[in-house]
Amino acid sequence: METTNIFISKDPLSIDTAYQSVLDVSCGGNCLFIGTVRNKNKGKTVTHLDFETYEEMAVKEMAKIAARCKEKFDVKKIAIHHRSGYVGLTDIAVIIAVASPHRTDAFEACKFAIDTLKETVPIWKKEHLEDGSYWVGARP
Amino acid sequence: MIKVKCFGVAKEIVNTETLEMDVSIDSVEGLRKELHKNFPEFSSIKGFMVAVNQEYATDDQSLSSADEIAIIPPVSGG
Repeated sequence: METTNIFISKDPLSIDTAYQSVLDVSCGGNCLFIGTVRNKNKGKTVTHLDFETYEEMAVKEMAKIAARCKEKFDVKKIAIHHRSGYVGLTDIAVIIAVASPHRTDAFEACKFAIDTLKETVPIWKKEHLEDGSYWVGARP
Repeated sequence: MIKVKCFGVAKEIVNTETLEMDVSIDSVEGLRKELHKNFPEFSSIKGFMVAVNQEYATDDQSLSSADEIAIIPPVSGG
């Protein structure tokens, strides 16, 4: 049985799909992180985001994160789902789902996965504001 | 000739998705120098990584025309 479930999708993400993909009879602690689009950043009003991805490499980097989670923590299954393209306010940009026998490893692995994703996975967020747009984190 | 995939702010700086570089570039460091020379705006961003065959590369890594090369500006997923 597959123990990792990783993809990038142009279509809306499903919390239930991520959750169902990590359910395991040996796991009693399941942790989900859901990243949604908020309406403010640094005092500016955000209208929507656009995600650009280097899809083949991004999926590889996501798979590395899943593998590292399983090495570092007592984790049986992990799902990492990320959106591409136009993502509106309150829409889900990313879901991390982790299943562990116990809650502590589930929480820690979930945090490790989202923190690492933000550092290593080649995905870029263009933030669209009322008065313009910019690539997040690109310039000092 | 090498082909370089460009994403995010890098795509805007070079104004194309795939940059074809005609000069003899044989390393990641050489690519960086050539990019900065041709597109001075690269010094206005926080920096960039280079990926070779979909893996992050170090500056001393060699490049050939058969490699899949990409400029990876600061990532911002999630």
